[in-house]
Amino acid sequence: MEPLIRIDGLSKRFDGQPQPAIDGLSAAFEAGRINGLVGPDGAGKTTLIRLMAGLLAPTAGRIQVAGLDPVAEAQALRAAVAYMPQRFGLYEDLTVQENLNLHADIRGVIGAERRRRFDDLLAFTDLARFTRRLAGRLSGGMKQKLGLACALVKVPKLLLLDEPSVGVDPISRRELWRMAAELVGRGIAVIWSTAYLDEAERCDEVLLLNAGRALYAGPPALLTTELAGRSFLVNGLGGARRAVLEQALDHPAVIDGIVQGASLRLVVARQAEPPTIAELQAPEGAKLVPTGPRFEDAFIARLGHRAHPHSPYAERQAICAAGTVTVSATGLTKRFGDFTAAEDIGFTIHGGEIFGLLGPNGAGKSTTFKMLCGLLKPTRGSASVSGIDLLGAAGQARSRLGYMAQKFSLYGDLSVRQNLEFFAGIYGLGRQRSVVIGRMVEAFGLTPYLNADAGGLPLGFKQRLALACATMHDPAVLFLDEPTSGVDPLTRREFWSHINALVGRGVTVVVTTHFMDEAEYCDRIGLIYRGRIIAEGPPDKLKADAGVNSLEEAFISLVEGQEVAQ
Amino acid sequence: MRRLTALIWKEWLQIVRDPSSILIAVVEPLILLFLFGYGVSFDLKDSPICVVSEQPSAPAAGLAASFHASRFFKSYTDGTTGRCIAELVAGRINGVVVIPSDFADRLASGQRAPVQILVDGSDPNTAGLMENYLAGTFRTWMAIDADMRARSAAPRISVVSRTWYNPAKESRRFLLPGLVAIIMTLIGTMLTSLVVSREWERGTMEAMMATPLTLPELVLGKLIPYYLLGMAAMTATTVITIVQFGVPFDGSVWVLAGVTSIFLLTTLGQGLVISTLARNQFVATQAALFSAFLPGFLLSGLVYEIDSMPWPIRLATYAVPARYYVPSLQTLFLAGDVPAVLWPNSLAMLVIATVFFTVVVRKTPRRLDG
Repeated sequence: MEPLIRIDGLSKRFDGQPQPAIDGLSAAFEAGRINGLVGPDGAGKTTLIRLMAGLLAPTAGRIQVAGLDPVAEAQALRAAVAYMPQRFGLYEDLTVQENLNLHADIRGVIGAERRRRFDDLLAFTDLARFTRRLAGRLSGGMKQKLGLACALVKVPKLLLLDEPSVGVDPISRRELWRMAAELVGRGIAVIWSTAYLDEAERCDEVLLLNAGRALYAGPPALLTTELAGRSFLVNGLGGARRAVLEQALDHPAVIDGIVQGASLRLVVARQAEPPTIAELQAPEGAKLVPTGPRFEDAFIARLGHRAHPHSPYAERQAICAAGTVTVSATGLTKRFGDFTAAEDIGFTIHGGEIFGLLGPNGAGKSTTFKMLCGLLKPTRGSASVSGIDLLGAAGQARSRLGYMAQKFSLYGDLSVRQNLEFFAGIYGLGRQRSVVIGRMVEAFGLTPYLNADAGGLPLGFKQRLALACATMHDPAVLFLDEPTSGVDPLTRREFWSHINALVGRGVTVVVTTHFMDEAEYCDRIGLIYRGRIIAEGPPDKLKADAGVNSLEEAFISLVEGQEVAQ
Repeated sequence: MRRLTALIWKEWLQIVRDPSSILIAVVEPLILLFLFGYGVSFDLKDSPICVVSEQPSAPAAGLAASFHASRFFKSYTDGTTGRCIAELVAGRINGVVVIPSDFADRLASGQRAPVQILVDGSDPNTAGLMENYLAGTFRTWMAIDADMRARSAAPRISVVSRTWYNPAKESRRFLLPGLVAIIMTLIGTMLTSLVVSREWERGTMEAMMATPLTLPELVLGKLIPYYLLGMAAMTATTVITIVQFGVPFDGSVWVLAGVTSIFLLTTLGQGLVISTLARNQFVATQAALFSAFLPGFLLSGLVYEIDSMPWPIRLATYAVPARYYVPSLQTLFLAGDVPAVLWPNSLAMLVIATVFFTVVVRKTPRRLDG
């Protein structure tokens, strides 16, 4: 069968960029399948999708979509291809129905066909109840479904989805997959780009991209089987798992390691013996057991990830020598008008612990988070850091907090050095300023970028800089708001190695996330739904309570259980 | 056609729901209108001056009385020269008239009898006005005085001046019609470049480009709604100018609509050019401010006389569409349909519009990379 998309020696180079975004790529995608476009940030996923949509012209090579040249035959191509950009491309001032009308008019879907199609799509996306709501007022998951509905007003031959699941909760994500599967059942080809590897595993075929080149093309399972016998779990570690992980990553045989609930997941090099418990300096009773490989293991192995830079935080002495800090919330309630965003939320987070706040979009996660770090005044209840009320003595309590916002609140037009100096100024570091900045720059390897604008940094460096800025004043508590949303596994691993090192020094970490692998790093999780905490405990306990194996399934079953109960 | 109407409808919904559109299209024009209608005036009225007679005499008293009677001035006659000059330096009065001690004698002996006029030159505009009005009042008094003394001898010659088109010489009557040009610039250039750059910023432009919409449809889908909005604003402004501020309208409505349409094409073209170059709202606003709004104010002849500008700047005004529209408006309101003014100005605007739209068609990206 002739593939729907054929790519031959395709290259795309942007002006002023030293490296091409797509570099001599050849590939083929077939109809009736979900084709995953997988790779780290900056691998060229978005560029490739835009080339397929005829939104960019290739620098060299050929691309054919449904027998058409996307640039020369743009008009014909656009009738056959639907494209959902990363930010969904919705008009936020228009209602759900008005957005749909616009797209139907543009694609000439009229009369009875239009009514039928709208009924279909509204049922399909479960948006029928919200047709009169402004698109800007929808939650992330709903926006995304509307974006999909708009792209599908006319049944296309090819559906291009650019990172459709970034910032979307597991429940919406699952629905999106169900919709994509249904489309594929009707013979439509779906291209789904993602940096999330659990998603890649569900695709029929994947194209693994790195630096604009293909690392692998084929069914994900085939890549995973290459890793058979190389994945291990280390169980029975208790509180020592972060320290053991450091040891494991230093071991020459280990090519990858992450925290997975109460265990560690290790991947060893080809034909290498796994490390022994003694080598790992693991506590008595720890056990190394083989486990089935995942796509992520294979992905990391293919990328050849072996560097294990020691986190600069690891070497510095414990800052909380005077005793670690406890964050507690009692009866936190926040109302906006007659809408209750958070109700009676209470928990205690001990020093040196990672606490995760999870929940569907719009459940009250961010509201709770903002009350905890003193950015939002609770209607009732209180949040305190080591007994200091965040409202009463905000300044005093806040000087012990570090906050890293979603999307890194750095000044993009300032250089790396200027950003560091600015934050040093904010935290009132005074005479120590240059010493601290120097230490951060050296530790995070920012020297080559000192005079570059923060906005133009590679993602990994942006994240390092954001973390350096947030921790410059040696905070005892670090708040992370979706720190690795949309970030690839490599950057995420590096980020968490820093967080683990910080926690090792007694820093308390509070994190919100949609990303279940990230939630696995937490010591405890609070699951928030409709403004209340519906479950709390270590990841493994939540899995056990729900009687499932993965945290994502646990999340879904707990939320749905709550829905039934209500 | 269905695609185009869908785009126009979408744009309309956005205009109605977006506070910044309402601000630029409705609130700002109203503020400008009332500011210029009530606040800004280039007329001299009750300007404080000081009249000093160094030696009291009948003619000096007569001259002082004629300054006192003028509606342009509010005169004080109770100071010495030194005190008055001190007041002038302090900025409490705008001018000093010194009637010298030999004024009456020189007048009686038929010699030239000068008076001294001192004005505050720190604001050249006001200084010029003051000088003219003070000298004018003086000359009028001289003429009347000479006439009175030579009554029987010389033949009666009288100078009767009539001011055409704006007999009351109210600056409001030429400022307000000109203001329509500024309001059209706000909507045509500022608002258009803002909304297009917003589509780039929010990623909706990318989504639209991936649909079967053609380039003319995308451009017309922006052009038509803001053209209609501009015409509506022109109508509203004109009605307020006539009804609220009593400015006469001597031209015909159709000519006004025609000339305004041509001017709107230039501003819309400029707005689209800006938004093809600047894909973010901040840059677009700045570009619109400096390339359209400020030149519309400063270089169109609305506030400053073009003929009195230095030649490089005078040359630059030829590229400012408002330079042609402002006199057209003032002519339409105050003098009527005068083809000798309207034709050349309209043609010049058409040339500018053609240049802008050539750039728009050539430069509007068909893809994200050009």
